[in-house]
Amino acid sequence: MEQQQRSAWERQLLIRDKNRPTVHDYIPRIFTDFYEMHGDRGYGDDGALIGGIGRLDGLPVTILAQVKGRNLQENKKSNFAMPHPEGYRKALRLAHQAEKFHRPVICLIDTPGAFCGVEAEERGQGEAIARNMMEFMMLKTPIISVVLGEAGSGGALALGVCDELAMLENALYSVISPRGCASILWKDASREQDACEVLQITAEDMLRFGVAEAIIPEPFGGAQEDIDKISENLKEYLVKTTTEKLQKDLDVLQKERYTKFRKIGVFQEQ
Amino acid sequence: MGLEDLFKNVTKRFNDEELPENEPTVKCPRCQQVVPESRFQELNKVCPNCNYHGRLRATERLRLTADKGSFVEYDTEMQTVDPLNFPGYAKKVESLQELTGLKDAVVTGECTIKGSRTVLIVMDSHFMMASMGSVVGEKITRAFETATKKGLPVVAFTASGGARMQEGILSLMQMAKTSGAVAKHSEAGLLYMTVLTDPTTGGVTASFASLGDIILAEPKILIGFAGRRVIEGTIKQRLPGNFQLAEFMQEKGFVDMIVERRSMRSVLSHLLKLHGYEKEGTN
Repeated sequence: MEQQQRSAWERQLLIRDKNRPTVHDYIPRIFTDFYEMHGDRGYGDDGALIGGIGRLDGLPVTILAQVKGRNLQENKKSNFAMPHPEGYRKALRLAHQAEKFHRPVICLIDTPGAFCGVEAEERGQGEAIARNMMEFMMLKTPIISVVLGEAGSGGALALGVCDELAMLENALYSVISPRGCASILWKDASREQDACEVLQITAEDMLRFGVAEAIIPEPFGGAQEDIDKISENLKEYLVKTTTEKLQKDLDVLQKERYTKFRKIGVFQEQ
Repeated sequence: MGLEDLFKNVTKRFNDEELPENEPTVKCPRCQQVVPESRFQELNKVCPNCNYHGRLRATERLRLTADKGSFVEYDTEMQTVDPLNFPGYAKKVESLQELTGLKDAVVTGECTIKGSRTVLIVMDSHFMMASMGSVVGEKITRAFETATKKGLPVVAFTASGGARMQEGILSLMQMAKTSGAVAKHSEAGLLYMTVLTDPTTGGVTASFASLGDIILAEPKILIGFAGRRVIEGTIKQRLPGNFQLAEFMQEKGFVDMIVERRSMRSVLSHLLKLHGYEKEGTN
């Protein structure tokens, strides 16, 4: 229970740790026969968001994952897990392929956000994210998303329209980076620690707001303390959830997905 | 942030000999030209020099778009409850409500445009830069759901700084919620047209604003996902002047047509009729 008392800021430090496991660690531990598929068929291939097909406990699934590098070399290739539009379009292509072959889609989210740059704008970063959300909402196959570390804004949500969302215990999900929030709110980016708490971004907050349905426990020192153990926990969750969702009628599944997001929001009417 | 701030009154007159003494002026934020305010107002806030289409209030937009007396507003009383108890938010909303007469940053409802019935969504950048929180997301979602139920098209005038930070993750989720509502409306075979107005950015660009069957934009307005300063910070260089303007985004393939404000109503009417929305309530 001690883990529960960790502040958002402490978790932020924990997930920034360079030893925090990435999809490079998780994919081989959770899936077998993983084959990576490249390209969006329109522009190119994006190393920040990889996709492929593999087996989850024997069951064929499509895997979409944002890639944090473990060193500078890897990060150069994966652009620090900040996808360009072609990354999101590749994800959409593979999601439709999964739908065609009745495979569940597993999304592993770990991104500071969609990339902000000239080319990303020119190729329609906004349009790419919007289209993913719209089409994932209607996709006739189960979608399970898990936030592994950080889930930054629209760049995360583009893989976050799903039937069920799980958070690793120390993972964070936010509309804006705490640093960005601090610089807007107090004109002082160094107050990100305060912003972390104000924004309510922890796994427990996500459960409370109806954004997430499950929390996957991490070892006390964080996922980095025991990669095999956390992978096991994650696999167990994925097997249980995909099995459960596969039993549902596809129209019901799709309707429940819509309702999950439809309910989110707090307001008053007099 | 209002037009009043945007177009700062400038007391000095620049080489415009026709300007009478004490004629109030405004400075265009695009071309920086100082123009007489009366001329600017006469053109419904379009710069006579560079054709930049300035920011309208929701009431002004309704007046220029809907048939006279036809607009019936939905969800007039919906407002925020400050769900995160976010520093300064409740106070800011209260003062903006007083200043603008709006409850939040979007007006939704039903009207006719030259006889064709449509659901209309108008965002107003004078209210917290029309950022999208729970209220904006819910009103837009309901507008789409009503349109789907009644078999009506949707016309949305978008403007936004993005998701509303002050409502945290709830704001982000409005992007998924509104996109879902667009999907259902589309599935029913109904027409959705967006009109991008100044500025359409962030989480609104990355949700319903980019999902129209037809995407129109006003001239010289800003359209983007990331802010210009954010990008300049990332790439450490200055961006070209036309970057993220409507004309630039059309060249890149994200805007169907750029339409002048003075012809917007008739273009919308023609497009509605081209899709079979001929008369009141028919499809």
